[in-house]
Parts: sequence; structure tokens; C-alpha cells
Amino acid sequence: MAQPSSCAQSSNGVADESPNMLVYRKMEDIIARMQDEKNGIPIRTVKSFLSKIPSVFSGSDIVQWMQKNLNIEDQVEALHLGTLMAAHGYFFPISDHVLTLKEDGTFYRFQTPYFWPSNCWEPENTDYAVYLCKRTMQNKARLELADLCAESLARLQRAFARKWEFIFMQAEAQAKVDKKRDKIERKILDSQERAFWDVHRPVPGCVNTTEADIKKSSRMKQPHKTRKSVYGLQNDIRSHSPTHTVTPEVKEPTEDELHDQIQHCQEQLDRHRLKMSKVAESLLSFAEQYLEYDPFFTTPEPSNPWISDDVTSWELEACKEAGQQRVKRWAFCFDEVMKDPVGREQFLKFLESEFSSENLRFWLAVQELKKRPIREVPTRVQEIWEEFLAPGAPSAINVDSRSYDKTTQNIKDPGRYAFQDAQEHIYKLMKSDSYSRFIRSSAYQELLQAKKKVQPQNRPRHTHASLC
Amino acid sequence: MGEMEQLRKEAESLKDEITAARKAVQDLTLQDHVAGTAVVGRVQLKTRKTLRGHLSKIYAVHWGDSKLCVSASQDGKLIVWDSYTTNKVHAIPLKSSWVMTCAYAPSGNMVACGGLDNMCSIYNLKGKDGNVKVMRELAAHTGYLSCCRFLNDNEIITSSGDCTCVLWDIETGSQKTVFAGHLGDCMSLGVAPDFNTFISGACDFTAKLWDIRDGQCRQTFGGHESDINAIGFFPNGNAVITGSDDASCKLYDLRSDQELITYQDSGIMCGVTSLAPSFSGRLILAGYDDFNCNIWDSLKAERVGVLSGHDNRVSCIGVTPDGMACCTGSWDSFLKIWN
Repeated sequence: MAQPSSCAQSSNGVADESPNMLVYRKMEDIIARMQDEKNGIPIRTVKSFLSKIPSVFSGSDIVQWMQKNLNIEDQVEALHLGTLMAAHGYFFPISDHVLTLKEDGTFYRFQTPYFWPSNCWEPENTDYAVYLCKRTMQNKARLELADLCAESLARLQRAFARKWEFIFMQAEAQAKVDKKRDKIERKILDSQERAFWDVHRPVPGCVNTTEADIKKSSRMKQPHKTRKSVYGLQNDIRSHSPTHTVTPEVKEPTEDELHDQIQHCQEQLDRHRLKMSKVAESLLSFAEQYLEYDPFFTTPEPSNPWISDDVTSWELEACKEAGQQRVKRWAFCFDEVMKDPVGREQFLKFLESEFSSENLRFWLAVQELKKRPIREVPTRVQEIWEEFLAPGAPSAINVDSRSYDKTTQNIKDPGRYAFQDAQEHIYKLMKSDSYSRFIRSSAYQELLQAKKKVQPQNRPRHTHASLC
Repeated sequence: MGEMEQLRKEAESLKDEITAARKAVQDLTLQDHVAGTAVVGRVQLKTRKTLRGHLSKIYAVHWGDSKLCVSASQDGKLIVWDSYTTNKVHAIPLKSSWVMTCAYAPSGNMVACGGLDNMCSIYNLKGKDGNVKVMRELAAHTGYLSCCRFLNDNEIITSSGDCTCVLWDIETGSQKTVFAGHLGDCMSLGVAPDFNTFISGACDFTAKLWDIRDGQCRQTFGGHESDINAIGFFPNGNAVITGSDDASCKLYDLRSDQELITYQDSGIMCGVTSLAPSFSGRLILAGYDDFNCNIWDSLKAERVGVLSGHDNRVSCIGVTPDGMACCTGSWDSFLKIWN
């Protein structure tokens, strides 16, 4: 039994950290390599018109580095991975709110570790309000989607009407601190802050990569751990989120549970294990046998309805007559005959010719019983008993004594599964006895040889892996 | 040594013995055996249909037959689609919008769903007046409902965040069997082709095989380094495929009682959310958090194709019972049919 190893989990299986952490760590490993002085991406300052653009690298630089250092030959894959990392905010285009990677001269910058998603940010709207307010003060019209920010700001002003003076003061204080910074430093920090908000408040049309699956987030033990203010503001009392319900504590195993565990381990130890070579062989031969029935490899006859807009394949499947390919499958194993309604019908016909159809009729009756509404069950159980198992039954079946005794007991308090043991025994009987005779029978052989019913053109069946 | 300490030691040493017994049958790996077999050629699937209608993230999809499927979304709706015509056959409003799973009964008569309400709600699609109504609300779990699968019109199995799986009698609404043993939230379940057993994957990083009739855990498989989000049977019923947050999928064989192979790539960092084998089992289609679906050659463990077309996480995937097409569902609110 595997114990949780590397992930930060307490032994009772409850997560202590954000569900996305595994991914962040992998990305940060790559970022560290990208930022390596010797072998990383070359970062430079670019002269542009009257100013300098500090600390940037191009999209092509990133793609080339990835292809060289990450074992990625395919450009599409490099762009996909790079876009994923940009969408999480690890590097960003300096002139765009949309966080994707383009393989061209577009300039990108690294995000500062303070703003990395692994710091478990879940910035509140108060922080966002401070940010937008600060922006308007600093007149950063250049890079802004002005309408959008103005709209967001207006909305937040309404929501935080009473706190607005406080927010305004915070924004002023932040702006003051910014002013004191060196011009180049300000440019860099400014863009990094903007990229942070692009991750947490994505522009319309962009994905919010910080979202977590509700199944995972509802397991987190301490949701308040992830709620810090970006600007050091005091947190409000968060209202109870519907996704943060308390999960039951899994206790340390009790003595009884340990006994159960030991018993389970003992049973596991005692089980017979098949050799890997045998198992591998069986998997391979199964896949090969069914390859001609796998529409992803072999075009179904006459066509795949999804591609050709012709539903003949489905009509054939539903009809009473089975084509050669379908009949061939019945010989693979007994389950194939029993799964196919036409197969069952043919098998029944064969058994009738042998005067041994009671086994299959019993099996079918029991299957049908399981679908009955509960009020009809007792009567039906009695009917089945009378027909197949009672002394002097007209269609007497042969069950082993153990199953017979159990069934006798069961029918005293009749439920849907009264005949379960008997049914399983009969199934095995048909499988080991009648089935092989059916496959060898002339009736089956004839079906197998029968001319294909649908043959519009005599098109050979072909196998190809890519279906376009 | 205290009694408890002794018991714990005994359990540990048995586990070591099991590991040794598994090693003892490793005469050949799957990779060795298929060394002579060629990898399947590049698989390029095209989107044949896009099902539009949900207004929010799709969390689950399940095929009923070759054309009908049901999907569940955070917009609080269950939609039954005729995927071939892209028509919505039913749009069922749910009481709770925090739905995580849905299932179609093999008979086509019912669908089920559940989520943060800790309940499995069964809907009758073939009601007398044509309206779809809640038939049963199966309540007893103390955690969220992560997955549910019908055995027939009377029985359904559910997996829950309370670390258990349950077999229910739908008509009486009662729990028939509780399958307890996982040490973490159960995230997913799959029923064997013969309906005698089922498998569950959980946040304790293990997968378990259960006997439906007697409620016993028959086998436990480990090896993953994080939550198992997705699980399914290989079509022959003798092997199990799992998908995990550790960005890998694994194939475990039931008869040799161990892992056969891992499907992973250094370029894939995001977790696996869902998976489905093709009809023959030769291909495994797996949905990931990085918005793509990767297609693996199940025997050679090589990636042979990618489905990219969604603008957000692929949360669910399913192959039709006849193997003709697969459906992916995403947080981008769309379902796509591919082949």
C-alpha cells in the first residue's frame, strides 16, 4: 500500500496547500533554469526611441531556449508549454494584458518571486481597488485597457463606498512609495504588478489559471492561510465560502482497523499472481484481436456516421441480422455472445435444437427479474422457481447442491438476487459446455460464412491509424 | 512493545512481503514484451461536433449509447444531448449548482448527478407525462459526491469525499453496501465490464478493486505521487488505468497484481483530470489541466496524438460504447466530439 510521499500532505490525506502547487513547483524549476546566468535566456536592455526597455527577452528567445534545454523538438509544444507558464504569470509580455507566448520579437519579462502563484495569492477586491485607484493617480493610461479599468473601478467604488476613503489613502501611500523609486526599477515593478493582476483579474476572454477544482479546494484544511493582502491591508472577516466545507477527519487506525488491515494484507499476500509475461501477452493479443473493431483504427462498415453523416452502421447494429464481422466476435469468448442480443438469440436457437435451452431461459429470466419493480418480485421469484428449480419443474436446470440449498433459503424471503448463486453456476455451465458446441455448430459456421448483407461497393476493409 | 505497535509492525511487514511477491512474478516487463511491436502511427482526430449550451464550467460527461450523452455544469444544469444532431433532448435544472458528476443508466431510462450537496439525485427520463423529475435523492454520504455509475435501473454506485463508496438500492433509497478502506477522498470510480467488481481512485494515491456482492476490497494499487483523479477499466476487464495530479497515468494488471507501465512525459506538467480507453484498449485518451487531451499508445507508452481545441481545462472525457467517437468536456463550457 503506497504512502503519500512527496506532496505536502499530512498523513490523513488532507491537503495543506493549494491544489495547483505540484504544477507551480515544476514550472519554477524551469524558471530557475531559464534565469540561470550561464545557461539561461539572455536578458538585455533594449533602446527604444527616447527611452530604454530594461530586463527583457523575446518570445523567440524563449522558444529557442526551450527547444534546446527541455527536450522539446516540436514548436507547437514549446508554445503550448510557454503559454501555460505565461498564463500562470511566471513571465509576461510587457505590452499586452493577454498572457500568451508568441514566437516572435515580442518582449517578455520575468515575474518577481513575490508575485509567484506558489505564494498562494487570493487577492481580495480591496487590493484590486487600491491598485486601480493608484493607477488613475499615476496616469498610467498608456498600457491600460482604460474602459475596462474605469468600469471595474466604478464598480468597486460602489461596492466599497464606506471604505473608499481608506482605499484612497492606501493608494496614495503606494503611489508615494513608487515615486521614490529609481525610474528603471519603477518600470520593471510596475509591469510585474500589472502582470500579477492580469493573472488574478484576467481580461475578458482570458482564462483564470488560479481557479481550482471545487473537489480539491473543498478539501483544504485552512482556507484563510491563502488569503493575504498584496498591499498589507487588514483582512476582512471572509464570509463562509460554499466550497470550503469542513471535511471529516480521518482518524488514526483503531485496533480493530489494524486487525482488518492485517487480514486484508494476508489475503492479498495469499492471492495467486500471474507472471508479467503472460499478462503482457494477453494484453497485446486482446488489443490485436479487437483492433479491427476499434473505429479509431479500422473504419467501420460501411462508414463511421460521425464522419460520413450516414447512419447505416448504427442501423445495421440495431437490426436482427448480424454481419460476418459481428458474428466473428462471438467466437472470441462467451461474454461476446451474451452481450450481443442477436448472439443470445442465435445461441438460444442452437440450444433449442439440442433441447437444452432451459439453462439460457433461466439465465434470461433471472436477468429480467432484476429489472422488475419490487412489488412484482415475490410473484416472479415464485414463478421462476416453479418453472426451473422446484421438484418436477417443467424446465428443470441442473445446479450444484450448494447453490440449490442457498436458493431454497432465499426464496423464503424473495428478493431480486434470490437466484444469484444459481445464475452464476448456470453461466459457468453454459460457458464451459454449450458455448464451445455452439461455436463448432453448423448453424454458427453458416452465419460466419454468410455473404455480407450490405455491400454497396466491394470495398476492401482497410486499417489506418489516422482518420481524417 | 504495546499491542498497537505490534499490530502496526505486523501490517508493515506484510506489506513488504506483498511487494516482494509482486517482484517475484516480474519475469518480463510489458515494454520488453512489446519491443517487437511497432508504435501506432500518429493519431489525428478532428472535432466533428461542438455542443454549445452550458453557461459555465463543465465538470462531467457520460455516454448513454452511441449518440446520447449527459453533461453536468456549474451553471446548475444537467443536459442530455443527442450529440449526433447536437440537439438538447433534456435540460434539467438542478437544486444545487455545485455538481461534480453525472451518469447515464445503461437502459437509457435514468440519469444521476451529485456534488457538494453530498447526495446522488436520480432523474427519470421516461416519466409518463414527459417531464423529467427527480425520482430519488440518495443521501447518506458525509462528503461531496465525486462520481456515480449505474449498474442497472435499480442499483448505482457512488464515490465520495468522505472516503467511501456506496452501493445503493434506488427503489428503496437505501445503502446496500458501504465500501470503506480508502484513507483519502474517493475521486472516481469505474465498473468492470462484467459488473461483478468496480475500482475506485482516491486522494490517498491508491486505487482499490472492490467485490460488489460481498463489499470486500480485493486489491490495492499504489505508486502514484498525488491524488488519483480518474480511473477506468481496460476493455478486457483485467487491467485498470489511473490518471493523477502527478501528471501521469498508470496501467495496473489485476492478475499479476501490480503496475505494468506509466504514461508520462517531461513536457507534461499538469494533472490528469479524466481518461478513457479506445474500444480495443490500444489507445488511452486522457484529459489534462493544461487544456489538452493527450492520446497514448497503451502498450508502447508513447504519446501518439494531442487534442487541442479547448480554451480551458479538459475536465471529463468519454468514448462511446461502440468506440466510434470520443467526447471531451471542458471548463470553457463546451463539449466536443472527436474522431
